[in-house]
Parts: sequence; structure tokens; C-alpha cells
Amino acid sequence: MEQVAMKINGAAVSAPQGSTILEAARQLGVKIPSLCHHPDQRVKANCRVCVVEVEGSRNLMPACSTRVAPGMEIRTNTARVRETVQTILELILSNHPQDCPNCIRNGNCELRQLAADYGMREYKADIEPVALPIDTSTLSLVRDPNKCIKCGRCAEVCHHVQETGILYSHFRSTDIGVAPEYGKQLSEVNCVLCGQCVLVCPTGALHEKDDIPAVWAAIDNHEKHVVVQVAPAVRVSIAEEFGQAPGTIATDKLVSALRFAGFDRVFDTDFTADLTILEEGHELLRRLQTGGTLPMLTSCSPGWIKFMEHNYPDLLPHLSTCKSPQQMFGALAKTYYAQLSGIAPEDIFVVSIMPCTAKKFESARPEMADSGYRDVDAVLTTRELGRLLRQAGVDFNKLPPGEFDAPLGVSTGAAALFGATGGVMEAALRTVYEVVVQEELTEVNFTEVRGMAGIKEATVDLNGLPVKVAVAHGLAHARRLMDDVRAGQADYAFVEVMCCPGGCIGGGGQPYGTGTASREARIAATYAVDAAMPLRKSHHNPAVQQLYQDFLGQPLGEKSHHLLHTAYCDRS
Amino acid sequence: MNIRRNGQSDLVFNIEWQGGQTGAQIDLPDYLARGGYQALRRALATDPAQVVQTVKDAGLRGRGGAAFPTGLKMEHVRDNLELERYVICNADEGEPGTFKDRFVMTHLPFQLLEGMTLAAYAVGANRGIIYIRYEYPEAQASIRHSIAAAVEAGLLGDNILGSEFSFHLEIFSGAGSYLCGEETALLSSIEGKKGRPRLKPPYPTQSGLWGKPTLINNVETLANLPAIIGRGAVWYRSLGTADSPGTKLISLSGDVNNRGLFEVPFGVSFREIIESCGGGIKNGRKLKAVNIGGASGVVVPPHELDCRLEYGACAKREITIGSGAVFVLDDTRSILDNVRNRAAFFLHESCGKCTPCREGLRQVNRIIGALCGGAGTASDLAKLERYTRTMQQAAFCGLGQAAGNTLISSLAYFRSEYEAACRDVQPAAKKEGTA
Repeated sequence: MEQVAMKINGAAVSAPQGSTILEAARQLGVKIPSLCHHPDQRVKANCRVCVVEVEGSRNLMPACSTRVAPGMEIRTNTARVRETVQTILELILSNHPQDCPNCIRNGNCELRQLAADYGMREYKADIEPVALPIDTSTLSLVRDPNKCIKCGRCAEVCHHVQETGILYSHFRSTDIGVAPEYGKQLSEVNCVLCGQCVLVCPTGALHEKDDIPAVWAAIDNHEKHVVVQVAPAVRVSIAEEFGQAPGTIATDKLVSALRFAGFDRVFDTDFTADLTILEEGHELLRRLQTGGTLPMLTSCSPGWIKFMEHNYPDLLPHLSTCKSPQQMFGALAKTYYAQLSGIAPEDIFVVSIMPCTAKKFESARPEMADSGYRDVDAVLTTRELGRLLRQAGVDFNKLPPGEFDAPLGVSTGAAALFGATGGVMEAALRTVYEVVVQEELTEVNFTEVRGMAGIKEATVDLNGLPVKVAVAHGLAHARRLMDDVRAGQADYAFVEVMCCPGGCIGGGGQPYGTGTASREARIAATYAVDAAMPLRKSHHNPAVQQLYQDFLGQPLGEKSHHLLHTAYCDRS
Repeated sequence: MNIRRNGQSDLVFNIEWQGGQTGAQIDLPDYLARGGYQALRRALATDPAQVVQTVKDAGLRGRGGAAFPTGLKMEHVRDNLELERYVICNADEGEPGTFKDRFVMTHLPFQLLEGMTLAAYAVGANRGIIYIRYEYPEAQASIRHSIAAAVEAGLLGDNILGSEFSFHLEIFSGAGSYLCGEETALLSSIEGKKGRPRLKPPYPTQSGLWGKPTLINNVETLANLPAIIGRGAVWYRSLGTADSPGTKLISLSGDVNNRGLFEVPFGVSFREIIESCGGGIKNGRKLKAVNIGGASGVVVPPHELDCRLEYGACAKREITIGSGAVFVLDDTRSILDNVRNRAAFFLHESCGKCTPCREGLRQVNRIIGALCGGAGTASDLAKLERYTRTMQQAAFCGLGQAAGNTLISSLAYFRSEYEAACRDVQPAAKKEGTA
């Protein structure tokens, strides 16, 4: 790319043509503060904390929206710039609750960090008390408008990445706010609870509902046998909560940490991910063989399910009836595992560690009680787990490695793939191929369904039968596919959809800082986890084989139907 | 009365309107009888590029407040590869104390329609919109009837005056927001979006209404075109000064004997405007201050009034011509009251998008409220200056950047009034006012 020569703070530098001052400066190691800017989003230029001096310009220029030009002389560190940035921070803080220690973002708030960087120890502005009602109407998300700095990052992701269009910037002047339409609460609109808004919020205005107290209460209650399951995507992201780089694989430390925290058994959602492949793979084959509704759509992602129930109720028969791995785990924990361990199901407390905020909602769906009890009792996001472990006094990076407990902790590489977009498809193809073709699949990597492209397609030859599949991630892409399905223009047999960009590794419950770069790093780590596993096909999982032999019988059998499958409702 | 210079017998508008009078509308037959639509007839016989060149030669600058060279803007629209283009007239005249566009629309509608048609021909647009503020029902009615009459007479619509050129014009009513007078917010408003400004670049000339190249000009700017094209750039330049050719409509209000709308050539001094047009200060009182350029303009003391109405001269003295509003305050008026009124107006009208404007105005209003209630302090004055400076330096759009102009200029010229309102400034230390 052509380079543009210019000066930043007197030093002659160059940057690619078309880059903004902010991008150029950061590339060159010059820090410019920002709040409304997000590297994955369009430029908004609302907050104005990134203003810099540009020679020849009367006013300061926002670095986020001003493109570099040949010969430009930029100054980021002058009295004028500092005074303006400090004043803008002062103005934001003057309308912001002054209770950082009470805030869930204490420690990782972007506004608080800037306030610290700029020495904002004394608020010179008059504090405007704010006391707007806090929206706690959903089981997944909390929206605290008092902490909103009107940067617009949440609305941007809600409208342009997910195209759910739930959060709007509304009203004007000091009444401006970002909220659902007509002052409604999140529970009253078609919010799918994906939590992508939380990931991009710079402050505590949007966050997950904190379920840590319920988990501590169960751990502290010695009558309860507390088992924990960990989703595939958490092992490649939890280390970020403890300062490690995105893409760090921390499966063994994670197991030790959970034991340290006091969980009685540390199990793996990967076990039921393998099980899901067997159930869903056979469901696909049955649909193919009996003229069932096609394409069949995956059903692991609760935000995606809720999206379908709100927006495409006519397509619900396309959804696989399989419960998600989280819910299969819950149903088995209080039946199969209860039998095995001789512990009464009412004494078992199931905790999930999920990269997802919608999983909290899913676990509370009335359908999810086929064990006779609520199948999953509490769901913590990756971020909450980070906090819980800190509260437990875990020095994560120094922990010795640990191993999952058997049998609900045994898994294959195929299950690990569930965390990345295309992973469920790839895992399913590995099993479906061998079931149909009856010979060993030697090349297990289906690279056509990997990667960050919004919609991916592949055709697999099953004994002369070409099976066309598609993969979408992020609801904007999912919507494109569903419109095609609705119009009868999709000739796929099987479609995988994940609600969040990149799949679960980019879920709304993942560590702050999640963006395209960290998503790609976590996806690479996910494939590394798979490649390192001795078994890489779900149907080879010995614990799953044992489960069918001792308890379930066969895939799609009577017991599976009762415990592992579900139905959906029209929420339109 | 109009101030005439260099023996000129006529100006661009040749109007004069004082409070209480309601002159008759120049209807289409009247307008034609005065030579109306001769300019369009002449333009249609020439190359559109020639029209743009004439406007450039005439040195016309935008009369809405930003004073951008109109010919250059036209050229930017004209030079686009995209052939679907729009001409938009910004008639969202929301600047307090400004009423020139309303008068043009109610009394000289065909001069505006001819001007828009000329602009459309020059830039190659076939569709136009007049964005008229909601609060101007008379202007909307007048323009609606005039568009119908022009269409009837073959002066608008398909094949204007038998030529190949077609231009369709419609009215879009604003909904009451001051901010929609900002050109990109106006575009968003027409598109059915929130009336908030957009990022520039891309400029409307490249990507305007519905993403198409768009010429947006103020009513007065467009209404200058028939005279420029009809009588030529040389004639136009005989009015005004070399720096600022032509005339300006001045909305004169406040404590003067004759309040109203006056057309003056550039180059006259503000003192002349107040004395000759305004007939001096009402009730024989003393002049205290003049607010020039509307609520987003400056407040200056009498000694600044020798400044000539001219873009260059005014810029040197940080006087904003703006929309041409001149609001006169006599010696009974409180500067602080005036500033409080302005600050409240802007707080109400801020779109809320950017921090400096939204939060800056919130704090400014609190402080001025405190000063007016006798609870202000000297440190408040420093804060006022700092917040206003931040708004000027860092707000998203021109309106936010200008929202503090009244405040910052009055703090410079009338600081004693602010200090007198501070509870911690001793009377002994309170200096004599400069006014």
C-alpha cells in the first residue's frame, strides 16, 4: 500500500494511505485516547477525546475520523490538546456516577482508565446526579443507562453486526440515551441476549447479570454436590482474564482452578458436544432418508434459537430438535451421573461456564427441566469465572495442570471445534461421513467451513450423494441465509449458524477486548486443541459409547428423545 | 431605507421590510414584469458550465453562515461521475433573530424558485427539495402555490421553457429542530433519520441526499442567482467590496427604532446599519452591545461597530456575520440575561451526539444559572471559558463549535458584568465595565 509521509510530534513518519491519524499514530507507538472508536466498527467521532492538532487547521481534529495526508503535521501532546482532552473527560465524568468501586467494570473500564491516565483526580465540573432506572428485566443482561457515555458502540454492533436493531440512540441534547424502542425494557423487545453490546461497551452501562453469588452459595452449601461443565470456547479465552495473550490454551490450568475454587466435579461440555454430534448427525441422516424438513439448522446457540423464534417462526421445523450441549449435559448430570454416583439429583447443582450471555436465558427455559429438575442451575460467563477465581484467590498462571473428571469429562477433538464458526459442521461431517460411507475418513480437516468469512459453503460426497452444507456466524449473515431458505432458494442439507461473530469464541460472555484480532487467535487455538487430541471423531468417544450402551440405548432412541431433544416456540 | 453606494439604483432583492408592515407578495405576473426568468431563459441558451463560471466570477459566498464560495460548491457537484444529483434549498431558518429567508419565501418566492432552477441547470440536477422549517407555515404555503404556478407556466417541471432541461421541485417540512439547519443533519432528516450531523468528508457535494451528489444552499444564496446570471458578474461585483461582492440581507431587531429586514451592500459598517437602517436606539437610550450573527454569533460593545460588514474584515476581529442577524441591546439590558437565553436555547437544541456540545452546554447552563442566582464564583468564570473553548475546538459540527460564541465574546468584552455576579469577587476589585 502506498505510504504517506508526515510528521507526528515533530518526528518524520509514514503511514499507509487511507489510514486515519488514530490508526497511523497507534501503529507508530503514539497513544491517542479514544472511547467511541472501536477497531471493528465504523467511525462515529462522538466522544471527541481523540482530538489532535493538525497544522493549518483552526480547530482540533478528531484522530479517529481524519485521514492522514502527505505533509500533514500532527501534534498529539500539546497544552491545547491536553486541556481539551482533560476537559472532555471532566465533562463526561460530571454526568457519570462517582462510584467506581461499586461498578462491575471496576478494573477494566475504559473511561476509568482514561481518567487515571489523565490525572482526573479532582472533578472540577458540577456533578449532575443521575438516577435513571436500571433494566434488569432479562436473565442475561443488565443495562444501566446512568453509566452510559453515549458512545454508540453498542447500537453499532446491534444494528450492523447482528442486525437485531434493539438498541437505539434516541432523543436529543442531555436527554440522549441508548435504549430499546419507546423506553421498553430488553425483555419486552426481540433482544436475543447475545451480549455483543456488552463486549463493546467501554463502561459498566451494559453487563452480564452477575450469577457469582448463586454459585458461591451452592459451593458453600455442603449438602450440595456441585458439578461444573466448561464450554469448548472458554479454554482458549480464560487466560486473557489473567493477562495472557488471546489464543492462549489453558485447559489444564482451568481444570485446576475450578477444583481450587471448590467444585466437586470438573466436567466438560465437550463430552455432550460429542453426544450432540451423534444425535444431530443421526437426525440429519433420518431427515435425508425420510424426506424430512431440509435444510436442517443447528441448535446449539441459544441467541440464534431466540432469533429464529422471534424472526423466522415459520422456519422452526428446520431447527434440529437437539438440545445444546450445555442442556444435554444438565439433563444427563441429574439422571445418568446421579445414577452412576448414587447422589440424589436434587442434591446435584450444575454450573456451566459459558462464553455466552444467552446461555443464562437458555438454562432457565421451562423446557429445560427434563431430568425432573432444572437441568442447569447456574451459568457463569468467562468474565464471571475470571472474577470468581480472583475472589477464590486463584493465582491462575501458577497453577499446576489438572484433568477433567470422568466420565462426563471425556471428549474428542471434534467437540473442541464447537467453539469456532464451522466447528459443529466439521465435527458432524467427520461422524456422518463414517456412518454413511462405512469407511475411515482419513482427512479429517474440512477447511472449506473454517475461517471468518460470514457465509461459507461446501459440498461433501457421501457415497455418491452430494450433500451441500453452509455455515454462517453473526446474525446479519444468518439473516441472509434464512431469507434464502424462506424464499426456497437454499438447496443445503445442513446449515450451521452461530449467533456471534467467529462463533462461541467470540461470544458475548467472553473477556473484554474481544474483537476480530482476538477472535482469530482463539480460532487458531481451537484448531490446535483439536489437532492435539488423540481422538478426533465424536463417535470414537469411549465415554459416549458407554453412555449409549449403559443408559441411552441408541441415538434418537426413547431416552434420547426424552432427555436430549426439545421443541421451540413462536415468539413473533 | 436601503443603504446605497456608488450611485447604485438597485440591488439584488430591492426589499425593505419593517416591523408591522406586510408588503404584498410579488406574484408570477409581477415577477415576470420585473424581468423575472430572463436569467433562466439566458442560461438555458448557454452551457451549464458557463453558469457555474459566472457564479464563480461573481464571488458569491454562502449566505447561510458558513460563507463557502458557491461557485466552487457547484463545480464540485457538477464534476461528479454520478449523474443523479439533487439541489436542496436550506430554508430551516432557525437562527434566533433571523427572518430573511422567511421574507424571501413569502414575498419573493419566484426569485428563489428561479435561483434554484438556475442552480439545478448549472449542476445538472433534475430534482430539488426546499427544506422549510415547520414553524413557517406561511412560507410553506407561499412556496407551494408558487411551485404550482411555475409548473403551470412551464417554468418548472419537464422541458422548462421548451428546453431539454427538466427540474422537479418539492417542499419538505422540518419538524422543529434547530440542528436540522446543519446541512448533513438536514439530509438525514429528509432521509427519515435522526437529525444529527454526519461525518465530513464525504461532503454533500460528493455524497449527499441518498448518497448522491447534492448542492445545498441557503435561501438567500440561491435567490442571488437570478441577478448574477441575469445581469452578470461584473454588475454583481459593482455591489459590495472586492473581498465580499454583492449585498447581504440584515435581520435587524432589538432596541432600535426601525426593526426589520434590510438589504445592504457589503462594506457598510455595523454602525451605519444601526443608525441608517435602524434609525438609532429606541427611546433615546444608549447603545450597550450588539449581538451579530444570531445566537451563535458574537456580542460586541459599541467601539467594535466601525467594523465593516465584510468577510475578511469581520474575521480579523472575530466577528461572525453568520446569517446576518443584528440584535441591538440598549443600556438597560443585562448581558448575562442575554447569554443565559442563548445558552438555554443551545442546550435545548443540541442534538446530543458529541460530548463537548452536549455536556459542555449542560455545565455552561448550570454555571450561568448559578451566576444569575448570585451563587457564582470567580473559578466558575475560568470553567466557562475552558468549556466554551473545548466546544469551539472539539465539537462535531459547526453549530456545536459556534454555540459558545456569544458566551466567549461577552466574557471578553463584558467581563465586569460576570464578575459583578460572582459572590467571591470583592466590589473594590470589580472594575469598570468596558461598555
